[in-house]
Amino acid sequence: MTSFAKEQGETDKARLPPLLLLHPDDNILVARRDIAAGERVELDGETFDMPAAIELGHKLARRALAPDTRVLKYGAPIGSMKIAVARGEHVHLHNLRSDYLPSTSREIDPNSKTDQDSH
Amino acid sequence: MQGFLRKDGRKGIRNVVAVAYLVECAHHVSRLIVQKSGADDVHLIGFPGCYPNKYSLEMMQRLCTHPNVGAVLLVSLGCEGFNREQLRRTIAASGRPVDLLVIQQSGGTTRTLNAGLDIVRKMRAELATQTPVPMALEELIVGTVCGGSDGTSGITANPAVGRCFDWLIEKGSACIFEETGELIGCERIMASRAITPELGREIEACVDKAANYYRIMGYGSFAPGNAEGGLTTLEEKSMGAYSKSGSSPITGLIKPGDVPPRGGLYLLDVVPDGEPRFGFPNISDNAEIVELIACGSHLILFTTGRGSVVGSAISPVIKVCANPDTYDRMADDMDVNAGRILRGADLDDVGREIFDLVQRVASGELSKSEALGHQEFILTYKQFEPIGPACLPAA
Repeated sequence: MTSFAKEQGETDKARLPPLLLLHPDDNILVARRDIAAGERVELDGETFDMPAAIELGHKLARRALAPDTRVLKYGAPIGSMKIAVARGEHVHLHNLRSDYLPSTSREIDPNSKTDQDSH
Repeated sequence: MQGFLRKDGRKGIRNVVAVAYLVECAHHVSRLIVQKSGADDVHLIGFPGCYPNKYSLEMMQRLCTHPNVGAVLLVSLGCEGFNREQLRRTIAASGRPVDLLVIQQSGGTTRTLNAGLDIVRKMRAELATQTPVPMALEELIVGTVCGGSDGTSGITANPAVGRCFDWLIEKGSACIFEETGELIGCERIMASRAITPELGREIEACVDKAANYYRIMGYGSFAPGNAEGGLTTLEEKSMGAYSKSGSSPITGLIKPGDVPPRGGLYLLDVVPDGEPRFGFPNISDNAEIVELIACGSHLILFTTGRGSVVGSAISPVIKVCANPDTYDRMADDMDVNAGRILRGADLDDVGREIFDLVQRVASGELSKSEALGHQEFILTYKQFEPIGPACLPAA
């Protein structure tokens, strides 16, 4: 790659929208790269200031989601909301639960009597 | 492509001498033989348990007669439960050179090592005289596995492997995807892709079995690193993993050791049958890779987001890295940077890169993990019933 092409590539990269909508039915978006708190991003055609930093590959709410809302990614259900979240908020273990089997993290012991919903 | 023709008509893309320990007590001596042979094409495989187990015997028979294996040295301690004579007969019947050393009869570590080195030297010399023959894509079996998945896996590396699978299947290859426990939540979509409704019902039933099994184990197949990488739920991880299968119809449902009878897309059911007896279905990624290889996979497409470094004994592993940041950190271990899709690259271009690389590695080019000497191997206790008649509908 020539240095010119490389610069072009990086310019393109900077222009790529940082949030990915994987399927039109989805109610979450995926971070294409690490995004800083306060960074201005585009969310469904509107500019939006990120309430908190989010890492590459993580999800945020495309719109406000009520408890028990089915979360859709790739157009398919990936779980239900445990609590309400605002638009743009990080959607992860603290507010989304599996409709199948509980997920494990280093902090949560799945064999303990307190299930992940209480964390 | 070229391959080594075996007596059963299959062709191998490598010509490996496998040194196989038949109980953990013979592991060190076997490892010494492999290490001191100084050859990259001498690979260590084995089974650690002393109790006999039908699954492990069948797996070892499949692995020792895998098309990539040219000759086998079995190393037994002497008193273990493994049916070494049956394994030896199976290998001999396959037309491969095979030898057996029993440490208790050979006179201990050093004498067994020296005898083993001599045998391996002769086996390698014999294999060196074999001339490869032309090999077509329709003779190739490719398996895929994901390890260290994160929020990028289902967007980049997995769908790119899916494209590659679609093109390989068009050319007549057999492609295998697996870990039914990591497909929980995808059972209905998968069933709808089956070539017969009866196969579709078998697929749904095997995912139900997996969900039940993992429920009893107390953990789904979901590691802390998955969550750190942005995945929240098992079904989310499943949807991402599922995209490795591409869009071809599902031709069959197989179990470890079943070799696809023809080209097409196969789902490998890795979750044991019956009540859980021996713990988790597959304790780590290499346990899945070993099962894919026992099904005849010539090479493995391994997608990773967090960054796995493993390879495998017997069959080359190609690493497809989903996460561009991981790729930047671990490029020496990664064959394909699928994460560049997030930086604007086209999914089809990455799929094409994988498709081309599969053919180059099948033609002898070393994958990154192969060149780095990764030859991980793990086989543990399991139990399976044979597949039902609906699992492999006639074409």
